Amino acid sequence: MSREKFQSISAADFFYRNREIAGFDNPVRATYTIIRELVENALDACEQYSIPPDVRTKLIGEGNSIYRIRVEDNGIGVPYDQVPYAFGQILFGSKYMLRQSRGIFGLGGKMAVLYGQITAHSSVKVLSSTGGFEKYFYELNINVQENKPIVRRKEVTPNPGRWRGTIIEFSFEGDYVRAKPKVVEYFRQTSILLPYANILFIDPDGTLYRFDKITDEMPKPAETVKPHPYGVDLEIVHRMINATRSSTMVDFLVNNFHRVGAATAINFLKEAKISQNANPRTLDSKELLRLVNKMKEFDGFQPPDAQCLSPIGEELLKKGIIREFRPEYVAVTQRGASAYAGYPFIVEAAIAYGGDIPITPQDEMLVFRFANKIPLLYDLHSDVTMKVIKKINWQRYRLDLGSMPLAFFVHICATKVPYKTVGKEYIADRPEVEYEIEWALKTCARDIRAHLAKKEKADIVQRRLSVFERYLPMIANFSTELAGNGKPPDYEKVLRRVQAHAKEVEQRSLVEAE
Amino acid sequence: MLRKSNREVLSKLSELGNEIYAEIERGEFPRIRIPSRTTSNIVFDEELGQFVLGDQRSLRSAANIKQIRSLTQLLWVASFAKRLVLEGKSSTLRDLYYHSLNYGIKFREQTESDDTVTDLETLLGEPREGFNIFPKERSAIFGDLEIEYTTPETHKGRRVNLGSNPDGVMVGLSVAQADFLSCKADKVFVIEKNAVFRRFIEERVYDKFNAILIDTAGQAPRLARLLIRRLNQELGLPVYLLTDADPWGMHIAMVIIRGSANAAHLRDLTTVRAKWVGLWATDIKRFNLPSFPLTKLDEERIRLLEEDMRYRDFEWQSELQEFKKTRRRAELEAFSAHGLTAIVDKYLPKKLKMIEEN
Repeated sequence: MSREKFQSISAADFFYRNREIAGFDNPVRATYTIIRELVENALDACEQYSIPPDVRTKLIGEGNSIYRIRVEDNGIGVPYDQVPYAFGQILFGSKYMLRQSRGIFGLGGKMAVLYGQITAHSSVKVLSSTGGFEKYFYELNINVQENKPIVRRKEVTPNPGRWRGTIIEFSFEGDYVRAKPKVVEYFRQTSILLPYANILFIDPDGTLYRFDKITDEMPKPAETVKPHPYGVDLEIVHRMINATRSSTMVDFLVNNFHRVGAATAINFLKEAKISQNANPRTLDSKELLRLVNKMKEFDGFQPPDAQCLSPIGEELLKKGIIREFRPEYVAVTQRGASAYAGYPFIVEAAIAYGGDIPITPQDEMLVFRFANKIPLLYDLHSDVTMKVIKKINWQRYRLDLGSMPLAFFVHICATKVPYKTVGKEYIADRPEVEYEIEWALKTCARDIRAHLAKKEKADIVQRRLSVFERYLPMIANFSTELAGNGKPPDYEKVLRRVQAHAKEVEQRSLVEAE
Repeated sequence: MLRKSNREVLSKLSELGNEIYAEIERGEFPRIRIPSRTTSNIVFDEELGQFVLGDQRSLRSAANIKQIRSLTQLLWVASFAKRLVLEGKSSTLRDLYYHSLNYGIKFREQTESDDTVTDLETLLGEPREGFNIFPKERSAIFGDLEIEYTTPETHKGRRVNLGSNPDGVMVGLSVAQADFLSCKADKVFVIEKNAVFRRFIEERVYDKFNAILIDTAGQAPRLARLLIRRLNQELGLPVYLLTDADPWGMHIAMVIIRGSANAAHLRDLTTVRAKWVGLWATDIKRFNLPSFPLTKLDEERIRLLEEDMRYRDFEWQSELQEFKKTRRRAELEAFSAHGLTAIVDKYLPKKLKMIEEN
C-alpha cells in the first residue's frame, strides 16, 4: 500500500526534521535526552524480565563538542537477527499491545542513534547476547530516506562466560558542561525510585556517580494487555482490522480488546448497529467511524485492570527515599488502580520529613515527579502535581511548606502517561489523574501530621522532665537553707516519680498513635 | 513591734523550710497552700473594720508543671528574706529583682517578683517590712517626739528628736522601727500634701496645736501607715487626717483608717480610730472655698466608692452624695484664697471642734 510506504519513508525523516519535539532541539538538551533514552531502554530490558538492573553509563569527551556514550546493561539481550532493526529502524517493534514501560515504541533510543549519525557522522556499535553460546557485535547506520538499517560490520564471537546483556556505543555532538546538573539529577532521582538497581555513571570529567542497590526485591513486571475500547482511535482500529485473522466482529472485539467478552461484544455491537457476524474487513468507512465513536460512548465495558502496570510499591518507594534523604519520617501511599480514557493508571506518592531534607522557601519546594519510573525534571510548575500541591490546604494537616523540611514524591504509572508534550516532561491535568494525586498526597499528609503530633507529645514530655530536673534541685537547696539543715534532701526519689510518669505518658501516646 | 515580728518571721520561715524538706525526703512533691488573693476571696471583716482574705487557698505544687516555677520563686524569696533578717540588712523590691538574676531564678519582669513577695507576705501573714523589704519612701514626719534607733546596727542606740529637722524627717525603716522615748505632742495631723505640710511647719501648727505632723505625699506608704498606727496605739495619740476634697483625697484617708484591698492579706496596718477632718465635700460651701468641676474620672470613682463596703457609714455616704450633688472639688491649698494662715487659724479649730462634738 502506498500509505504504508509513505509512512516508512517518513518515519526516520520525520524525526530528523522535527527532532526538537523529541527533546533534541539543542546540544544541551540532546545530551540529557540521549543519556536518558539509553538508560531507560537499558532499565526496561532488565525490569520487564525481573532482572535486577545493573546499568553502567560512561560519557567520554572527544573534543570539538563531540562525546562518546557507552551504556551497558545486564538485561535480556536482543536476539541476533533483530539487532539491526532494534537499533537501526525507526518504529520497529511497535505492536498494538499495551503495558507500562518507559518508552512505548523504543523510539527515543533510535532517535538518539539517528542524532549521533547526523551530528557526528557516527555509526552505532552494539554488542549483545541473550546469554547463549554466542555474543554478537554490530556496527550500524540508519538509512534516513528509506528508514532501514545499514550493517557496516558484524561479528559473532563465543560467549564462554554466558554473559547476557547489551552494550551500545556511539558519538554525538553535545554540551555536557551545561547539561551536567540535569544529567546528574536524572541519575540521582532514578536511583530514588529504583533501590533494587545498581546504577553507575562516569562523566567526561572522570567523576564517578554510583548508586548501589539496597534490596533484591523488585516490583512485579508489567504484563502486556490488549488496548481498552475507551483508549483507541480510528487509526488504531483500522490497523487492528488490517492485522486481524478474526472473521466476525464478535471475535474481533473479544480477541483484540482488553476485558471484552462475548456478551459485552454482542451488547456493544447491538448498540453500534453493526452485525455480530460481519467480517471486520468488510466494514465501510462510515461503519468504522460509528464503531470507534460508539466505543467511547458505550458504558457497558468493564473498566481496565491494572495487571499491565508495575508500580514501585510502598516499601520500595520508602527504601529509595530513605537511602537518598535519611528523613526522620516518610509517609507513603499507593492508590488503587484507576483509568482515564481507557488507560489504566496507578498513583503512588510519598511525603518525607526531616533528615537531610532542607527547609526550602515555598516557591522552591522539593517536588519529585516520576512517570513510569522516569524522573521528570522539567516544567515542574506546569505539572498536575504542582497544581494539586497548590490546591491542598496544608494547614489542615498542620504542615507549613515554607518552614518545614518536606519533600514530595509522586509516581504515576500508566500504559499511556498523559504527557502534555512529546518530550515526556510534565503531566497534563486530567481530572482522574488529578483526583488520584490529590488523595494520595492527602493520605500522606495525614500520616505526617500524626507523626508530628506524636513527636510533639514526646517533646512535651521531655520538656516537662527537664523543667523538673531544673527546679527540683533549687527547691531542695532553698528548703535546706530555710530549715537551716546541713545538707540538701535527696530529691532523686521525687525525680524518679516524674520520670516514671513521663514514660507512662509516652507509652500511652504510642498506643494512641497505633 | 517590727523587731518582735522579725523573730516571728524567722521561725515561720524555718517552719516552711522544714515542711518542704520533709516532703522531699519522703519522696513527695513539695507543695504550699497560700490564701488566695483573688477578688472573690477578699471579704470585709466587720470586727477588724478592714478587708481580709477569706478561706480560699491556692496551691503551689511541684507536681504541677505550671506551678513548680512559681513555687521555686517563692522559696527563693523566702530564703532571701531569711538572709536579710539574719544579717540585719534591708532591700527593696527592685533590689530583690536584681538579686534574683544571680540565682538563676527567672522572673520575667519586676511585677512578677513583686507578686512573689506579696505571696510570701500572704503565706507568712507578715508585711514585707517584717522581712526587711521596703518600698521607696517618700513620707515625712515632724514634731516633738524623741526616738531611739534600733536599726541598723550602726545607729542602734542613737537618739533623735523628730522636731530637729525643719524639712521633716523621712519615714524609713529606721524611724518606723525606732523606740518612742518621749512625746510632748498630744495629737497627730496626717497631711496628704507636702506644700501644706510645710505651711503647717512654718505656721508652727505643731506648737499651736501641740501636734505631730506627718506628710504622706499622696496615698500613704505602708511604713507611714505603720508609724501612724504605732503613734495611735502605743502613745494613744488621736490621729486627724487632712486631704483634698475629692474622691481621691477621701480615699487616702480611708486607706489609713481601714486599709486597702491590695493589703487584705495583712493586718496591723490600719488605724481604725483615725479621724478624717477634711476637706469634706460640704466644706466647700461651709468655708466658701474656690472649687473646680469634677472630671468624668472623678465621677466614676465616686460611683465605685459608693458601693465600697468601707464607705457604708452615714458620714462617708453623705459626703459622696454631696460630691454628686455639687459636682465640685477643692484642694487643701484653696484656703490660701482667704489668706496664708486661714487654714490654720480658722479652719482647723473649727473642724476639730466639729469632730469633738460629734
